[in-house]
Amino acid sequence: MRESVIMKIHYGTALAAVALVAVHVLMRVTQGFAESLEYANVIANYQFLPYAGMLEIILILLSVHGFNGLRVILLELKQGRAYEKAVSYGCVAGMVGLIAYGSRTIIMVNMGMA
Amino acid sequence: MAQTPSVAQEQTSTPISSSHTITLRIARFNPSHDNEKQFMEFNIPYEKWTTVLEAILEVKKHFDHSVAVRYSCRQASCGSCGMIINGKPRLACFTKISELDSNVVTVEPMNNFPIIRDLAVRFERLFDSHHKIKPYLIRDDSELTSNEKEFMQSPEELEQYIQFANCIKCGLCNSACPTMATDSSFIGPQALAQAYRYVADSRDKGKDSRLKIIDDSHGIWRCHFAGSCSQVCPKGVDPAMGIQFLRGYLLGFRS
Repeated sequence: MRESVIMKIHYGTALAAVALVAVHVLMRVTQGFAESLEYANVIANYQFLPYAGMLEIILILLSVHGFNGLRVILLELKQGRAYEKAVSYGCVAGMVGLIAYGSRTIIMVNMGMA
Repeated sequence: MAQTPSVAQEQTSTPISSSHTITLRIARFNPSHDNEKQFMEFNIPYEKWTTVLEAILEVKKHFDHSVAVRYSCRQASCGSCGMIINGKPRLACFTKISELDSNVVTVEPMNNFPIIRDLAVRFERLFDSHHKIKPYLIRDDSELTSNEKEFMQSPEELEQYIQFANCIKCGLCNSACPTMATDSSFIGPQALAQAYRYVADSRDKGKDSRLKIIDDSHGIWRCHFAGSCSQVCPKGVDPAMGIQFLRGYLLGFRS
């Protein structure tokens, strides 16, 4: 993939994440902050499908943005063909792993398995 | 018949005989047998107009001829005498001692360049990167085959790139760049500014091929926009701005 395409995704995920995380934070203000973090309320958030969907999208956006940021930092730290390949594939694997693990959590709680 | 000396005698352009003196600290380093650079100090008289290069040549003439320094035109045109002067990348021939406001002037080789010896550095990486971005007009026809006598350009079209054409390839921007310090494959602000110079030229048709070259994992996207390159350019070129314009092309904001 061309670097400009990757960076467009990088900037796009950053902007979208800022917007959705703002919604996520503002939802804490709809009730008392401490109250919103109580176990029952957190579980209720996960079981409300639109909210769970938004959490899933935030997870994907931050994973893509974060792991690409990590890739960029590591590429600047050291150079070399084998190293750069390892960093790129490692970051994609990390991103997929984090999204899979986070999605599993969201789906399980949404389905009442937690 | 007069005998011609086999080696030309080095002459400073202005004999220095002032009551003002500074301490000139010159970094000495020979990679073939030194582990780290050391500084040699010389007390040098100077006038209001004496440049750092003239002070270094005074050292070579009267104290230590073995100091390695690269220079040529002495008028900020050739870009040979770039070095770190009191911590900042500058041209030695374009920096007056009097304007440094210091009794101690420290000269070191440019950062981010391999050192040949003392103040002389290797320019291969700079020239390779410069060459890589195809620093010439690309088009199918030429002035020789075209019906027109020359490729016409309006003042507005010229304005788009003219400041970038002032680059003298001195390497000060690359020396100041923080990304160049860590990323040995980074193309560098000099080459990127020159890529913009030709992309923005209305006579050029090689925009796509140049954008493809700089759109690399060690290309334009590794610039952090620190702006140091523009701060140190002795010719008033603004590579940081050129890089942002190039990003505009790649992101689709410019065409």
